[in-house]
Amino acid sequence: MLYAILCYNSEQAVGAWSKQQDDAVMVKLAAVQEKLAREGRLGPVARLMPTTAATTLRKTQDPPLVLDGPFAETKEQLLGFYVIDCTGLEQALETARELAQANPGGAYELRPLRLFKAAGPGFQA
Amino acid sequence: MTDLAWIDAAVTAARPQALGALLRYFRDLDTAEEAFQEACLRALKNWPQNGPPRDPTAWLILVGRNTAIDAVRRRARHEPLPDEALISDLGDTEAELAERLDGAQYRDDVLRLMFICCHPELPATQQIALALRIVSGLSVRQIARAFLVTEAAMEQRITRAKSRVTQADVAFEAPGPPERAARLAAVAAMIYLLFNEGYSAGGRGLDEPRAALCDEAIRLARLLLSLYPGEPEIMGLTALLLLQHARAPARLDAQGAAVLLEDQNRALWSREMIDEGLALIDKAMRHARPGPYQVQAAIAALHDRAPDAAATDWAQIDLLYAALERLAPSPVVTLNRAVAVAKVKGPAEALAMIEPLGPRLSGYFHFFGLRGALLGQLGRTAEARVAFDRAIALAHTAAEAAHIRMHLDRLG
Repeated sequence: MLYAILCYNSEQAVGAWSKQQDDAVMVKLAAVQEKLAREGRLGPVARLMPTTAATTLRKTQDPPLVLDGPFAETKEQLLGFYVIDCTGLEQALETARELAQANPGGAYELRPLRLFKAAGPGFQA
Repeated sequence: MTDLAWIDAAVTAARPQALGALLRYFRDLDTAEEAFQEACLRALKNWPQNGPPRDPTAWLILVGRNTAIDAVRRRARHEPLPDEALISDLGDTEAELAERLDGAQYRDDVLRLMFICCHPELPATQQIALALRIVSGLSVRQIARAFLVTEAAMEQRITRAKSRVTQADVAFEAPGPPERAARLAAVAAMIYLLFNEGYSAGGRGLDEPRAALCDEAIRLARLLLSLYPGEPEIMGLTALLLLQHARAPARLDAQGAAVLLEDQNRALWSREMIDEGLALIDKAMRHARPGPYQVQAAIAALHDRAPDAAATDWAQIDLLYAALERLAPSPVVTLNRAVAVAKVKGPAEALAMIEPLGPRLSGYFHFFGLRGALLGQLGRTAEARVAFDRAIALAHTAAEAAHIRMHLDRLG
């Protein structure tokens, strides 16, 4: 079963980390990711750029409306996500706990997902 | 991350909004700062015990308000307000209350807090120092290190600047659109000055406290943009800072000497910052309301996009500088344009372009540096040498002077 681990946290608080703090968290997260990769369970991992770089297409009208900024004004923002292969919710929670130890604060939403396509032909990240 | 590190980051992130709200509430900077300080002290005691509040900003505003009012009441021998332990587990209702009280005002609160640092009578360095103290919350010691002055000197500078701005009349009502636009422009200029203060210090590593000013400027620009997401010039400003800062890892060599853009190892440039900057330019372009920051960001983007120096689109850079000359005319802009003109049309055209600038740039290092280089390319060696000598006399840093000496040596 594939799970998306959606990473929510206060963008402003994360943005206030010093370079050293940020690097330290990334090193700890990399260790967890390496373990998942060795187990063959690690799918795509993404860190989203700041919400200030986001654009929203509101499609409740025709033609759709283009708005600057993220879709929702929230206290905690979607900052990144993992896709991991899990036996079920228990294992997904276990992984999320390991990630949380490396990077406390905010919340992880664990959402089962079905991959329609891993990537189209010729796609290179 | 430890509890303390987490609290530190949360308080730093909350500071502009919380202090801005307290300033609106008390209409006095000192009272607002004291209230915020007190709220932070209580957070340090309270949060590790009771867990972090759902909304640290609302918590700090409420507790800051209460402590300041409490102090006034105590002086007036009234009953004290309940202590913050009672609101430490700030429930949703209280958070919503704070949100209703402040939510609509947050943007203007933060903008006002930044704007009071931009008092037109304050010299640029004092505006920046004040913003770092008040908005960013850096200690006087940190700021003094960044500006390479003693702590006592910086303390005095900030105190003087602060008394200047507190005497000034700043409207506390929500500003109308023209006033808001004027404030945004002043704050954007201050953020750009802050960035340049760090940028002129050179690359990362060599001078960490100063280089950190660039990171802080980017943080403030993003904050401003998150509050005013539809302002193309704020997108342009943020993009400009990111696109310039992306090159920081390549700007100095192992000996700490400045490396020219054309000689930099582009593999060291931060791809992440460049991508974010380019995304912001794309967003800004959609508004079709060009401005100086957007044009400068577009110029920086052309440099950042070129896989190597030879691939730089100088013709397009020339056009963009021409646009910048119309939007924000200045001899320095013309001087920069001349660099592009030299590449596209040759040194003679570029020299003709900068000659009339002489009287206005007679004390400007880069004018004589470029003039020397152009004269050298035209084979007018003796004149080039005179220009380079003048540039060395005007150099601000050893790296600048060393760079010109290298040019002099090449003249043979």
